Amino acid sequence: MLEVSNLACSRGDHQLFCGLNFSLNPGQIMQVQGANGSGKTSLLRTLCGFLMPDEGDIIWRGESTRELDEDYYAELLYLGHLNAIKDELSALENLRISAGLSGIELEEKEAIAALRRMGLRGREQLPTKVLSQGQRRRVALARLLVTDAKLWILDEPLTALDVGAVELIQDLIAEHLARQGMVIFTTHQPLSVAGIEMRTLSLS
Amino acid sequence: MKKSTMLGLLVLVIRRDLILAMRRRADVLTTLVFFVMVVSLFPLGVGPELSMLRKMAPGVLWVAALLASMLSLGRLFLADYLDGTLEQMMLAPQSLSMLVLGKMTAHWMVSGLPLVLMAPVLGLQFDMAGQALGVLIIGLLLGTPILSMIGAIGAALTLGLRGGGVLLSLLVLPLCIPVLIFGAGAVEAISSGLSIVSHLSLLGAMLVLALVFTPWVTAHALRISME
Amino acid sequence: MAINWFKYSAPTTFYGLAGKLIPWFAIFAAILFAIGLYIGFFVAPVDAQQGEFYRIIFIHVPASILSMFLYMIMAGYAALGLIFNTRLSAMMASAIAPTGALFALISLWTGALWGKPMWGAWWMWDARMTSELILLFLYLGFIALHASIDDPRRADRAAALLAIVGSVNVPIIYFSVKWWNTLHQGATIKFGGTSMHVAMQQSLFIMMLACWLYAIAVVLARVRSIILERERNTTWINDLQEVRS
Repeated sequence: MLEVSNLACSRGDHQLFCGLNFSLNPGQIMQVQGANGSGKTSLLRTLCGFLMPDEGDIIWRGESTRELDEDYYAELLYLGHLNAIKDELSALENLRISAGLSGIELEEKEAIAALRRMGLRGREQLPTKVLSQGQRRRVALARLLVTDAKLWILDEPLTALDVGAVELIQDLIAEHLARQGMVIFTTHQPLSVAGIEMRTLSLS
Repeated sequence: MKKSTMLGLLVLVIRRDLILAMRRRADVLTTLVFFVMVVSLFPLGVGPELSMLRKMAPGVLWVAALLASMLSLGRLFLADYLDGTLEQMMLAPQSLSMLVLGKMTAHWMVSGLPLVLMAPVLGLQFDMAGQALGVLIIGLLLGTPILSMIGAIGAALTLGLRGGGVLLSLLVLPLCIPVLIFGAGAVEAISSGLSIVSHLSLLGAMLVLALVFTPWVTAHALRISME
Repeated sequence: MAINWFKYSAPTTFYGLAGKLIPWFAIFAAILFAIGLYIGFFVAPVDAQQGEFYRIIFIHVPASILSMFLYMIMAGYAALGLIFNTRLSAMMASAIAPTGALFALISLWTGALWGKPMWGAWWMWDARMTSELILLFLYLGFIALHASIDDPRRADRAAALLAIVGSVNVPIIYFSVKWWNTLHQGATIKFGGTSMHVAMQQSLFIMMLACWLYAIAVVLARVRSIILERERNTTWINDLQEVRS
């Protein structure tokens, strides 16, 4: 489904990686490993099309993502370091708007159910500025529950989460893989999905 | 789960930005107060003779509107850039231009429209005639959206740069000169008994051109700035 | 991979080529400047209406024309760089900008010097001078935007987009300023007209050519230093004789 060939990327004068090849099929999960500054985030951002690779192709369903553009984005979910959460809006409003931006009109009931599953019961209507760092991350991660994207690209999804939330995310990923979804992620914390082979890609 | 349409997305972005503006009312008010203050400073600077003020009024009001709209442009994409929403917007399955158009519209409703509504009151301070006031409002209604749209290009290009605000004005102000000329020119034309049709239709033409091209150019500028 | 070859080797070959061409352009520019100025100041007759003052047009007119042409050329290179992602085009665009701004400034300066004896004022809001002023603003915007972005690739692309938007706007601005000027019945500069003396035409033509050659020489020199700066980490730069010594 996703094929990356001969990918090279640099920031300024510094080359982060080159000659990168991998492919990912439905139901597979891949962890991108590497030290700080090895280009993990840049790789994920390149896959999202934010960064233009110096060389190489990213192929989705047999076509270059550059040409697919919006058709590719419709099947992609990206969660970066930034939560994309507005302080002034409530958790509920935030979730409904971010789902809306990804092309899904979310009913209030669906949104509340998703937030409750993320452990935010009773905080749905609070402005997110009063929530803790971990709770805001949960609001952002609630998008995983309301998306029908095929490919998840998660950059450090576990930062600021407690043990319970980490388990929840692992469950969500397992469900997604069982639905023939695909996941590419980075993490500095251990993340394991039962019964599924974890592929790794090391950047040095 | 329902899929949203292009129009639905446009409405969503406009609504979102309006809600955010309502919850940060101070920002909206500062723009308006700035506009009122700049206009009120002119009589203090050049003297209170009504005949001169009447002649200067359209130019003063237009320049002040231009400066006031520069003031709020820096914030157009900045908050979304800093909290990551802009990344999500670029990944929207609809064209980014549409989202940009939504943001431009909301920006105009929040920072351009209040100026238009305030302008007649300030015009009275300058002893403008009723007819001239009418033309001023029509001109501002046609012109201020263009300022928001051209400004958005500058805002996208200077996203996240040091001293972005001043740089933004440097980039955008020269591009806004035609709007200023025709907007203020229309009022002068009616005051001296000339036809205003050509001025206003040129402003209208520029508005249409801006509507067609600026969202696309701004979307491109945003992609450049996000790299 | 023909495009890649072009993309990566173009600055390499261009660097050497430009180095060989610069002296020629510079020498011919100097010679033509000398000839043009001599004809302009000593051969061309005194104008019946404007006396000796008109002679400033031998500098003013080429500078104005070049400043406008250079903006369009700059925007053209910028567009090339943006569309085909060629690095050399973007470098050319940013190398042209200071020269264009300089010509715009010279045009404004000489225009003011001419205006004082003609109208008794240093600055008249005539359509040409006002457009020239706005053009200078556009150049300054381009230079400022390019300078304030640290990442060279983003700087190139952002400034290129600005140049393209500016070039689309230039005709609109020029037209609106002209309209504004006729509405207010301001002054209009008129050049010699049809009955221009042959020596005046010759001088004007030679000066124009000299300015072009000067502009090309300076732009090439600037491109060379931009290439050196951008490619400082590549091996071919470090193998250059002037770098090693």
